[in-house]
Amino acid sequence: MDEPVLPERPRLAPGVRLHFDKTRAAWVLLCPERIIEAEGPASEILKRCDGTRSVAVIVDELAAVFAVDRAVIAHDVTEMLTDLAGKRLLAS
Amino acid sequence: MNPLGMLAELTHRCPLGCPYCSNPLALEDRAGEMDTATWIGVFQQAADMGVLQVHLSGGEPASRRDLIELTQAASDAGLYTNLITSAIGIDADRLQRLKAAGLDHVQVSIQDTDPVVSDHIADYKGAHARKLALAEAVTGLGMALTVNAVIHRANIANLSGMVALAASLGAGRVEIAHAQYYGWALRNRDALMPTREQIDQAMHEMDALQARYAGRLVIDSVIPDYYARRPKPCMGGWGQKSLNVTPSGLVLPCHAAATIPGLTFWSVRERRLEDIWANSPAFEAFRGTAWMKEPCQSCSLRTVDFGGCRCQALAITGDAAAADPSCELSPYHSHLQVLAEQASGGDYAYRGRKESAVGSVR
Repeated sequence: MDEPVLPERPRLAPGVRLHFDKTRAAWVLLCPERIIEAEGPASEILKRCDGTRSVAVIVDELAAVFAVDRAVIAHDVTEMLTDLAGKRLLAS
Repeated sequence: MNPLGMLAELTHRCPLGCPYCSNPLALEDRAGEMDTATWIGVFQQAADMGVLQVHLSGGEPASRRDLIELTQAASDAGLYTNLITSAIGIDADRLQRLKAAGLDHVQVSIQDTDPVVSDHIADYKGAHARKLALAEAVTGLGMALTVNAVIHRANIANLSGMVALAASLGAGRVEIAHAQYYGWALRNRDALMPTREQIDQAMHEMDALQARYAGRLVIDSVIPDYYARRPKPCMGGWGQKSLNVTPSGLVLPCHAAATIPGLTFWSVRERRLEDIWANSPAFEAFRGTAWMKEPCQSCSLRTVDFGGCRCQALAITGDAAAADPSCELSPYHSHLQVLAEQASGGDYAYRGRKESAVGSVR
């Protein structure tokens, strides 16, 4: 069994896109045969998964947006992106 | 709450003859299909009311000459577009143009791993090779691929092979979809139904496959109803999350809903989609929990599984408002198990043929 590997410069996998749902005024991640809610910080993380930013840069940028300790943000970002990688929703 | 997903049955025409087809016995014909402009209007209305994903399906959607134009329109409306195809009718060039039109995801069905066995099940010579070619073209273009395998008596022993094939084709996702006995599939139930031993073995194998492919391939498995203890939350609840538009424009809560007698379906040719969703008698019939009888009405899971599938309740008990007999609380549950265990295999009945025209391979 392979552990999901967090890409160095994550981007959304083919067939995955971040979408603002105007009807429900909410960010969602549209994926093959599923829809994942991407509220608040999640959408801020996902907007930055563009294949150019490293995970460290994404963490830095979020630390500038949210008044939260960088270590906490680093933990949350890593956890969320590792989970998405395990679901094959991220590409490197 | 407005729907998130829409199944657009662009046509009922299909070159394959799969015995587990769950479309109705009587298919809608080409003459009754909606034209390009009407479908484009439906996509726009769907997006306006909050639908996020459209599943372009059929029949075989590639049988529509305007598939690229329709895909472009759905994509332009802001919808996530998913093409559900047998692969027949989509060559590399047409795929490239679908991608350019904004297609987000492709789902290709397979019947098995062996070409002869697969083509026999699909009743179409050369189908398997074309499926592999399309799957490779999809991943070759950097697009997202799901492989769908409908599981039944003749292929259930080969789950590992089918999952391995999906992985080798570069799929991100594979659907292990046990046959569901609606429409034409109900006619072939005895031929398709796996044995209890096959199901037990398959459940074991699925656990091992999930562990082996974790992180590499998402394996979504649909439980076989006749051997289940609890019903599936069919469609996520009747009229809760998705809707289905038939080739002629009727709007159904699920693609088998027309098997239920007495339901009145409204058409997008006559009314707005949002009006149909909110007010159509067919959607109102089983929405929520007020229509339920016992054992559903007092069940703590009634808002979890919504009593299961209305079409299956009808097919087995004769009452669409009864509990889905796949639930062990249904008085028909043991009857369902007897039906499954009495199934003796045998030949398939193919659409448009004299019955039992061809013997089984395995």
